[in-house]
Amino acid sequence: MSERPHDATATERLAILRRARSVALVGVSANPLRSSNFVATYLIRTPYLIRPVNPVYTDVLGIPTFPSLADLPEPPDIVDVFRRQDQLPGVVEEAIEVGAKVVWFQLGLRHEEAAARARDAGLQVVQDRCLKIEHARFAGGLHAAGFNTGVISSRRRRPI
Amino acid sequence: MALPKDLAGFSTRAIHAGQRPDPETGARAMPIYATSSFVFEDAQSAADLFALQNYGDIYTRISNPTTAAFEERLASLEGGLGGLATASGQAAQLIAVLTLCKEGDEIVAARNLYGGTITQFDVTLRRMGIHTTFVDASRVENIEEAITDRTKLVYGETIGNPRGEVLDIEPIAALAHDHGVPLMIDNTFASPWLCRPFEWGADIVVHSATKFIGGHGVVIAGAIVESGLFPWDNGNFGVMTDPSPAYHGLRFWENFREYAYLTKARAELLRDVGAAISPFNSFLLLLGLETLPLRMERHVENAREVALFLAANPAVSWVSYPIFPDSPGRDLVEKYTPAGPGAVFTFGLKKGYDAGVRFIETVQLASHLANVGDTKTLVIHPASTTHQQVSPEARAAAGVGDDTIRISVGLEDIEDILADLDSALGEAARV
Repeated sequence: MSERPHDATATERLAILRRARSVALVGVSANPLRSSNFVATYLIRTPYLIRPVNPVYTDVLGIPTFPSLADLPEPPDIVDVFRRQDQLPGVVEEAIEVGAKVVWFQLGLRHEEAAARARDAGLQVVQDRCLKIEHARFAGGLHAAGFNTGVISSRRRRPI
Repeated sequence: MALPKDLAGFSTRAIHAGQRPDPETGARAMPIYATSSFVFEDAQSAADLFALQNYGDIYTRISNPTTAAFEERLASLEGGLGGLATASGQAAQLIAVLTLCKEGDEIVAARNLYGGTITQFDVTLRRMGIHTTFVDASRVENIEEAITDRTKLVYGETIGNPRGEVLDIEPIAALAHDHGVPLMIDNTFASPWLCRPFEWGADIVVHSATKFIGGHGVVIAGAIVESGLFPWDNGNFGVMTDPSPAYHGLRFWENFREYAYLTKARAELLRDVGAAISPFNSFLLLLGLETLPLRMERHVENAREVALFLAANPAVSWVSYPIFPDSPGRDLVEKYTPAGPGAVFTFGLKKGYDAGVRFIETVQLASHLANVGDTKTLVIHPASTTHQQVSPEARAAAGVGDDTIRISVGLEDIEDILADLDSALGEAARV
């Protein structure tokens, strides 16, 4: 599994996951069959502070949901984006505006201009990756499902 | 740091991939989690696991920590996205196929396959309405002619059983992709040490782990590995993109993307077929993989010596091991298995059927049995055993004439292997 150019390496993704305390889920769905709902279901069982962001809902999975990033009570560390590709530049501007540290485009989402704009503003960028899968890669869940995590270590796994 | 680099070397991964010290006890070797079931944290986490919304073990028929270590290690060695271990190679193949195919679908397969694969495809899958066309895969055009709009996959073996010819994987993968279907490869005879089919465009690899992966003739097991690169949303695979009745309308591709095939194979097919591997067997396979590079190096070294010896023996009429200057397919060996075309091949005895029986009954070191890929040298005379009920014409078509012996060259001292063969060939020449 070769890394794509300009993409965060496994080491960088692990560092992002270790440093973060809060995650905003932009465009998360309340429909339990949508992948964004799968990600939310997984992340609310981690120690991260989860902030769903979607103007359509007031709560997702029982968690208060905010209409926009600007409405959050505090700047999120990671802005995890489940929106159409053409909406990514707008989400990046909002993420920069609120002082987020990382913008993370979910699986299937890639926008080089929006990513460059975020990097220029000092944010870290991850594209076309699932935050749940990357967390599970280092926390053990992906391994338990038989997937190749790429992790080689003679040390006991410690919590992320 | 947990990540010395993103991809360590092959031997390092053979020993370390998929297994860190046990998080509970610090045990350095892989513990055998001999348990049918795993307790849930609470009601909600149990519900999340059953709905595939979180990762974790429920029941050893679906996943197990010892088995997961083996699955990840093999996936790492093949260079794949992930793995799925099964009770046998036949089970791996069945689950790999049924994850994609339903009644009315078709498979195009090379005709020079392991006999168990041929009967599974030709009899059992056909009875389920999945139809296989067998073709001479040495001509890529034969595969193209057999592909229809119902074809769901192309199938072949890296190194054919029993004749040892190497498949031209790269153009066959390209052809399959032109038709929007994956190439599935049985990599049993090569093992990932000799050939990694994903590097040539294959999409799914299946194994009888009973052979070189286990390596010691003590385990029946199989495995599926997937590259994670096939575009299952290309319109040909409604089973991946349409709502699944097994999971309340879940769409595997939409939710899991590149992880969809293996997630579906485990959550639907392994669960429903029930061909789960025992954690104890997974433990033995992990031990096997640790020494795979060392064993394969010696296997091909000994196989080469045996082939050269047989070619020079007056009782032997032909040797089907493509390392000789005039061997057909030698260019394919150089391309796909440059270290050598495995350690299983066939040879012919000048005096035919009776000589074959005498040879088999005379060997004292080589074992007369129906397996391959053991530390021990193994021989069989198909015409008088596995293919006894097959007509001479059909035997000839399968590459197993009355004169044919199949050998799986083991890891004994080469002088002892050759002395045993020499003695038995002398007896065979006197029939």
